[in-house]
Amino acid sequence: MTANPNSNGQVPGGTGTGASPSAGAGAARTDPAGAAGPAHAAPPPRALPGGGETRRHTLIAIVLDKPGVLNRVSSLMRARNFNIDSLAVSRTDQPDVSRMTITLHGDDVAVEQAAKQLYRLIDVLKVQDVTSDSTIGQELALVKIRATESTRGEILKLVDLAKGRVLDVADESIVAEVTGPESDVDQFVALVRGYGIKELVRTGAVVMSRGSSSIEEAVKR
Amino acid sequence: MTITKGEPAKPPSPTSRRSHVPGDGTPNAAAVEQARKSMLNDARPRNRTRIGADVVCEAILRQGADVFFSYPGGVILPLYDVLGDYPELRHILVRHEQGGAHAADGYARVTGRVGVCMGTSGPGATNLVTGIGTALLDSVPMVAITGNVPSALIGKDAFQEIDINGITLPMTKHNYLVRNADDLPRVIAEAFHIARTGRPGPVHIDITKDALQQETNAPHPTDEEVVAGLPGFRPNLDANGRQLKLAAAELARAKRPVILAGHGVLHAEAWDDLVAFAEKVQVPVAHTLLGVGVIDETHPLSYGYMGMHGWKHVNRAIQSADLLFAIGMRFDDRVTGNVRTYAPYARIVHVDIDPAEIGKNVAVEVPIVGDAGRVLRALTPMVEAVDPAVRADYFAELAEWRRDSEGSSWHGSGAWRDGLLSADYVVSRIGELTEHKATYVADVGQNQMWLARYAGFRQPNSHVSSGGLGTMGFSVPAAMGAALGRPDRETWAITGDGGFQMTFQELMTLTQDKIPVKIALFDNKKLGMIRQWQEIIYAGNYHSAHLLGPDYLKLAEAFGIPAFRATTPDEVDDAIRAAQAVDGPALIWFEIAEEQNVFPMMPAGKGLSDLIENWDGAAE
Repeated sequence: MTANPNSNGQVPGGTGTGASPSAGAGAARTDPAGAAGPAHAAPPPRALPGGGETRRHTLIAIVLDKPGVLNRVSSLMRARNFNIDSLAVSRTDQPDVSRMTITLHGDDVAVEQAAKQLYRLIDVLKVQDVTSDSTIGQELALVKIRATESTRGEILKLVDLAKGRVLDVADESIVAEVTGPESDVDQFVALVRGYGIKELVRTGAVVMSRGSSSIEEAVKR
Repeated sequence: MTITKGEPAKPPSPTSRRSHVPGDGTPNAAAVEQARKSMLNDARPRNRTRIGADVVCEAILRQGADVFFSYPGGVILPLYDVLGDYPELRHILVRHEQGGAHAADGYARVTGRVGVCMGTSGPGATNLVTGIGTALLDSVPMVAITGNVPSALIGKDAFQEIDINGITLPMTKHNYLVRNADDLPRVIAEAFHIARTGRPGPVHIDITKDALQQETNAPHPTDEEVVAGLPGFRPNLDANGRQLKLAAAELARAKRPVILAGHGVLHAEAWDDLVAFAEKVQVPVAHTLLGVGVIDETHPLSYGYMGMHGWKHVNRAIQSADLLFAIGMRFDDRVTGNVRTYAPYARIVHVDIDPAEIGKNVAVEVPIVGDAGRVLRALTPMVEAVDPAVRADYFAELAEWRRDSEGSSWHGSGAWRDGLLSADYVVSRIGELTEHKATYVADVGQNQMWLARYAGFRQPNSHVSSGGLGTMGFSVPAAMGAALGRPDRETWAITGDGGFQMTFQELMTLTQDKIPVKIALFDNKKLGMIRQWQEIIYAGNYHSAHLLGPDYLKLAEAFGIPAFRATTPDEVDDAIRAAQAVDGPALIWFEIAEEQNVFPMMPAGKGLSDLIENWDGAAE
């Protein structure tokens, strides 16, 4: 019986542990000739696609600037159960082509599946996972910080330290602009949170590869 | 403009006091007003310059479609106004848009051409949705066209306006909204190209009423222009040579290989290539539900139907295989059951035209992206011919499993418990008396499984079934399209009493357009598959499984369709022959055993080795 390739009860981690209604009702399982099967006894459970380490990925999608293309991308990600962290869309130097920078969490296989699904969209010209590439990633944030006469000086100093700019000063607030890698923006936001953030807007990361290679040139027609 | 809460209401402007039209006096308001008027009053002198509606008819004809299924309505009337000028384009007036979409689907599946259906805006469009979804899940080439309200009224919640473009966006391969007649030639040509190229699928085109009415001289694009205009659509048809070499090496090593063939082989019209390949490498061919007909079931290498209600011997072969060569199929959950325990010894070569299918449901060793036919034609010369003698032990074992599995079924007897009519017997008699040369269109549920298991398929594209979406009510309308697509064959709609009661309004279409569909109605006065699940999985809690039905002889008569009835095994052949003898549509009311189950059955979530072969260990 140990050579029976179809006995799920012997599969470590398998779910068919003999508690099926078939077993209870006296129905038979398939029972191939064990001798004819491969020699090893209990097959390991088949690996599911994915299930690897989850990390943050960055996809760059070059898309045709058609009506609804953003809707197509976001609808696909929702329907296929991918969770977008941020999505930045902009024009490129080509008049009818847009560029999307999508960051999402998932294991490598899940993100590859997301990229393949994006490729199926007719308006998508190219998708690249640049997570492991050498890239520059920048984000811009505008932060409206609560300021009093006593805290204003400290806040201005923090903005300066973060290489940010002050765009607006009012009686009770300061609007600061910071740009940089996402982690720098996170750090600045955390620093000023104590003063009270009245409003915060972030663009989401935009990412470009270092060196002379160009994802846009690769799709030029 | 900034709207701030708590701001006092502004006094009305002088303009708004004079008129109820928002933004009165602007060009936009004038356009909206004009569109409203045209919605209310269509009567205008017939203008025989070329208009958008002409472009639609011309484009459909240019794409090789000779029939389409449609239902008129307010905003698509400009098209009906010119339809009389295109007598070579056959219009079938369906009784419900869902029927039209399924008919286009059935037409596409038996011909390999793109099926075309149409409806008006609003409810006409939403009624098409189930049929579009059915085509998406089964990768059927279809172009669905809807009218929409005049472009100036879009977004104003006009009469019969719904955002159908938003609705079909996630359930089509691509969709369009056309507001200008000059765009129509390009859009329709692109839609057909996308629908049939690569992995086929439905494309929806929404056309505003004014676009149908506008004059246009826009020319139809050439095929090259269409391809050039779709830079993001370049399906990979030819496989990577390195991957093919890896596949050949896997085949050379395998001792217990099985080919899993699916719908993709039929789409690629590669049935002969598949058989040539299987014969050269001497590998048995199992097929999916949508792969039924991919190989003649009497071929020595045909092993049968796999999966949840597939043959036990086939699932057994898969569970003990050391190599699965999967082509044009997607490891659906109805095929694999629990993936963790699926084919535990097998390495997998997966060939599919859609890269996203590879690695989606199961992890595979050798991925190959390409058209099934091109892959098979490239791979066959690369593999070494296998002497069947090498596989003698393997084949002997497979043959024994098959004898065991087929011998344990009771479809040959005709009578189920207490001599009641057994459904699988009826199916096998239909197969026999039509000499396995008809088109057989399944509904969904038990009848669908009986058909796939027992009819005996010999020809490609002779089996039509809603596999992915599992759309009840599919059979009769899809058979309507299939009969028009392949008038050289008999067409049989196999349906249960549940599915039949969903869409039998199309009986009138069959009568009006003299479409010779033979309907085999399996009446067990139950939602049979629901009842089966409730019996086996829900401890016999039969809620809503019992289904009242009409007198189907009277019903058919009221629709002008000759009908016959069989309640015992010895009445079956006569009824089938009588229906065959009718020149036109006919219906047979088979009153079958009420509690017959489809076995084997893999309970959802279980593995292929957990088949329930019978219940109570008795009778069946």
